[in-house]
Amino acid sequence: MTLDFASQADYLLALLPEIVLSLWAMLVLMVDVFQKGNRVEASRPVVAWLSLAGLVVTAAANGWLLTIEEAAVTGMVAVDSFRVFVNFIVLIAAALAILISIGYLDRRGINRGEFYALLLFATVGMMLLGAARDLILLFLALELMSVALYVLVGFDRRDPRSSEGALKYFLLGSFSSGFLLYGIALVFGSARSTNLSAIVPLLPSLQESPMFLIGAGLLLVGLAFKVAVMPFHVWTPDAYDGAPTPVTALMATGVKAAAFAAFIRVFAVGFAGIYNEWSVVLSWLALLTMFGANLIALTQGSVKRMLAYSSIAHAGYLLVAVLAANAYGAAAFLFYLLVYTLMTAGAFGIVIANSRGANELNKLDDYAGFGWREPLLGAVFSIFLLSLAGFPLTGGFIGKLYILRSSLEAGNVELAVSLVLASVISYFYYLRVVVVMYMRPAPAEEANRTVLLTGPGQLAMSVSAVAVLALFFVPGWVLDVAQRSVASLFTVPGTFFGLGP
Amino acid sequence: MLRSYLPLLILLGISAAQAVGMVVVSQVLSPTKWTWVKASPYESGIDPLGSTRERFSVKFYVVAILFIVFDVETVFLIPWAVVMREVGVAGFVAAAMFIFILTVGLIYEWRKGALEWD
Repeated sequence: MTLDFASQADYLLALLPEIVLSLWAMLVLMVDVFQKGNRVEASRPVVAWLSLAGLVVTAAANGWLLTIEEAAVTGMVAVDSFRVFVNFIVLIAAALAILISIGYLDRRGINRGEFYALLLFATVGMMLLGAARDLILLFLALELMSVALYVLVGFDRRDPRSSEGALKYFLLGSFSSGFLLYGIALVFGSARSTNLSAIVPLLPSLQESPMFLIGAGLLLVGLAFKVAVMPFHVWTPDAYDGAPTPVTALMATGVKAAAFAAFIRVFAVGFAGIYNEWSVVLSWLALLTMFGANLIALTQGSVKRMLAYSSIAHAGYLLVAVLAANAYGAAAFLFYLLVYTLMTAGAFGIVIANSRGANELNKLDDYAGFGWREPLLGAVFSIFLLSLAGFPLTGGFIGKLYILRSSLEAGNVELAVSLVLASVISYFYYLRVVVVMYMRPAPAEEANRTVLLTGPGQLAMSVSAVAVLALFFVPGWVLDVAQRSVASLFTVPGTFFGLGP
Repeated sequence: MLRSYLPLLILLGISAAQAVGMVVVSQVLSPTKWTWVKASPYESGIDPLGSTRERFSVKFYVVAILFIVFDVETVFLIPWAVVMREVGVAGFVAAAMFIFILTVGLIYEWRKGALEWD
């Protein structure tokens, strides 16, 4: 089937996954509120499972998108395989967040149906963000995602740190939305269109226009804020640390995936004509992020905060893939995004598991003996940490290898070298946790501490860990899918990371 | 192109200078005598009773939020009603979706008891 967007009804087909998930989120809200009324009590487990079912149905609708084509690459909504791939990553991130929140929310006394509904609405925003080929849609998607997340971060409103994180995220987030919107206004003022396909042919004439360049710069700031690139990261540690951990997992994975997809669509594809202008700025940001975040992560005593800085550092690695601005880079980006989503969501899942009562035990010392007390979760956590560091035998290694390769292909040698050096720094703080887990004995009084990750959560963590390992041994077909997914964005060369056409 | 806006800029400058000037001049020239009566919020009205910084029920806040929902609904629906014939079926479907989503929100509020005062 081919869509030409001549009729408005075509948008209903192009946006089918998002429409399905929006309706499903409303259904979740209605089921919960009709069951509970205004009584203050925990939601039934059915709400969480219903939300998961919604994600599965959406994934099916998303797969169906592959069967339709668009007549031209001018529509407001992109219907291409790049979007489908990003949508799958976002859906996986949302599903992992829901799986690890089962049980966790009860423990903290915040099991409310609104949590799941907001999480699904945020997911809709992320999916739209990866689809936006028009700056107005980009802004709306970003706001849909952010507004739901502001509430989710502060969902445990009796916890001062949760509220503090939410307020910081809200104030700085709305400020950065202002930057983004102002950038869109300036781009519109100089190009007279918000549609990227209409802006692209004008780029040669706009190259000299200060108004357009300032607009593009402000767009870059707005997006860099959402993906938490240094020096626009100051909200990240507090928001990640204060938020309920499933929300942190979603913010570190889904939000990043979606905002980076928008980065690729706007800068690497749309503004490819002014690559020389934006690549300078972005290269410095990538360098600052890779080294800065890894160095600060060294000093963190809390594992959750360490993972927050680790996610900032990974934004730097992903920027290197964006900066390659070629098909290799985009395919490496998609591959790494998948690995990153699995390992980061997994690592935050383990943070939930190590707790006493309602309190999470985030300090490094609290992990003493964790590996021996919980053989399965300890092994899984080690796999995630090694993969985050980029050790061989894990998917993280292959992902970094592809990013390096694409970066060298684009001639960004200094970025590739920096990526390796920054990864070496990161080895220390990832391995430190593994060392503490296995080589330091647990304090005697804590020997009989129970682990509070429910069965579904443990299963999800184990499956993610197996997937992270599998991506090292058989990366071929995922890369093959990633390669075909970026074919609509860039012209793909004959051979691809040594794979045939 | 921008040159044609120059008179507008001059007008803006003059009016700003005039507005600021009148305030400044009256401050400088007028005699100022401070008395308790003059300083009260309503110089020739009733004396204020107690502090204005009182706590009041969160219910008012909920009502304000509910009002905004319907306020925004009006803002969107009145322009649609004006051009209803021109925008045709597509406009009708779009408006129906908008009302549907608002209705879901309304049902949520109703079940949560936000519409009851007590």
